[in-house]
Amino acid sequence: MSRADTSRAGSPRAGSPRARVSRAEAPSAVRTPSPLWSFGLLRSELLITFRRWRTLALLGVLAAVPVLVGIAVKIETSDGASFGGGGGGGGAGPAFISQISNNGLFLVFTALAATLPFFLPMAIGVVAGDAVAGEANAGTLRYLLVAPAGRTRLLLTKYATVIAFCLAATLVVAVSALAVGALLFPVGELTTISGTRITYAEGLGRALLIALVVAASLVGVAALGLFVSTLTASGIAAMATTVGLLITVQILDQIPQLDALQPYFFSHYWLSFADLMREPVYWDDLVKNLGLQALYAAVFGSAAWARFTAKDITS
Amino acid sequence: MAEASATEAESPGQWDGADDAAIATRALTKRYRGGQLAVDGLDLTVPAGSVFGFLGPNGSGKTTTIRMLMGLIEPTSGTARVLGRPMPRAARTVLPQVGALIEGPALYGFLSGRDNLLRYDAADPAADPRTRRERVGAALDRVGLAAAAGKRAKAYSLGMKQRLALAAALLQPRRLLVLDEPTNGLDPQGMREIRALVRELASDGTTVFLSSHLLDEIEQVCTHAAVMAQGRLISQGAVADLAAGARGRLVVTTPDAGEAARVLKEQGAGDVVVAEDRVTAEPPDRDLADLNAALVAAGVRVRGFGVERASLEDVFVALTGEGFDVAG
Repeated sequence: MSRADTSRAGSPRAGSPRARVSRAEAPSAVRTPSPLWSFGLLRSELLITFRRWRTLALLGVLAAVPVLVGIAVKIETSDGASFGGGGGGGGAGPAFISQISNNGLFLVFTALAATLPFFLPMAIGVVAGDAVAGEANAGTLRYLLVAPAGRTRLLLTKYATVIAFCLAATLVVAVSALAVGALLFPVGELTTISGTRITYAEGLGRALLIALVVAASLVGVAALGLFVSTLTASGIAAMATTVGLLITVQILDQIPQLDALQPYFFSHYWLSFADLMREPVYWDDLVKNLGLQALYAAVFGSAAWARFTAKDITS
Repeated sequence: MAEASATEAESPGQWDGADDAAIATRALTKRYRGGQLAVDGLDLTVPAGSVFGFLGPNGSGKTTTIRMLMGLIEPTSGTARVLGRPMPRAARTVLPQVGALIEGPALYGFLSGRDNLLRYDAADPAADPRTRRERVGAALDRVGLAAAAGKRAKAYSLGMKQRLALAAALLQPRRLLVLDEPTNGLDPQGMREIRALVRELASDGTTVFLSSHLLDEIEQVCTHAAVMAQGRLISQGAVADLAAGARGRLVVTTPDAGEAARVLKEQGAGDVVVAEDRVTAEPPDRDLADLNAALVAAGVRVRGFGVERASLEDVFVALTGEGFDVAG
């Protein structure tokens, strides 16, 4: 407070003009807030998420992956040989790698296929796991709630922000790969997995569609991470648990004896995005993937909501 | 003005009822999952317009009570009404009118002081974004942080963090301020400023609910007080009434202490204690002038003679039967 305020303390009736205004307003209490003001919290959440060094570092790592892959392929093929001999050609993502030296656009698909199993979901796990638990750990959660942010509104805001981060992370990989691919390799018409030719422009469209599908593939992990985040008041514990679950599921997905369960693992259909490069597009697994992500979002979103709205905030 | 409404509310029988009370709890109880009874059947009434001191040793249930009032913790049983509305059900309409400082400051270390306040203000859906920067600036001004507003909160001292948390409570005109240990970490000048601020806010009609372990702080700024120990409310009322409840002690200053003690006992004073040239005792139920005359008649040279008013601390010790120690 200023000197003036301090000196005024002796005479308690002499409120400042500002204070007198507040007195006139306070009893009326019925301010008429616009529903749009609710989005102030989302804006604030996005701002503080993307201003953190941690977020920027994660995005930096993701941007570096296509650079490394691009350089590796460039070195490997500099003697004129084609990479990997063009073997495979099945639906698996890494099959794209053999095409990079012919068309830089394939670096986008390769980079997404390379980051989707681990780097991308790990980054999401860190951001989602920290979303609620980090605030609880710092004690800022109690001040947000008495502001009052509203528990449901805060949780929805947090989830929306994590989804925004999924999209941003995927786009960072895609854009970095696109730039590196255009820089190191020829671009132009390209061949789909089915062997048909499409124009570069159409290829770009497919790349964007694939990036969106990859981002959507992370929605399930995001919900899982957010749920874990409501269980603890330690951001680190929540992040570690989420990333641990991610690794466990990836391992279980490789064990043949569990094939009855595997269609329910959130990562099971992740690489189906490659089907977007078929002509015509093979939708079955893509739809299964998106449906599974929606299921995870619904189940773990509800669980997070049930947990968070009933929780005693003691931190 | 605070005085007027206070006297109305404190007359006997008014403590329950009290629809216009800023805070009213009925048999409010919290048992944590471990089975620990943190708050036990609390009937607390904070009159509107009062500066209410909430006293108790560490671990007596003050913070759990405050968290229940703010909707952070669900009561096990009982009800709490804040500004006439039930909590936590009416949190959305009540809390925008309440500024709170709970268990010390909590800030985003990587944000500047100003950005911290912008964030907290954005969390309130009833806060107008068009006036946000202006109100944040005014709040920073009010707690004396305007000059440090651009620094990262990480670099703030504890006192500065405390001020910033206080500024967050003052982002809007409030009807109720809940301040949990607001002077923690502040230097004497900062404490004085906070007390001045509390008085100023109270004079504007804001009810201030102040928890503190500093008894003289409560005595200096509060019109009302409540004392908690081991989860129970031991006493509540106007500060003057609370202090009047405990009797003062007779104090005689004299070089003839031994003789004075003998005369005082003879005259019916109880619990006579001699400490060098000071003799203190429970005053008997008779005119103290006679007592003084008896001392002089017995040849005791009296330097000082009077009754020391009971302080809130005496009341506290009398009520809790203990010092200000941590409850187990």
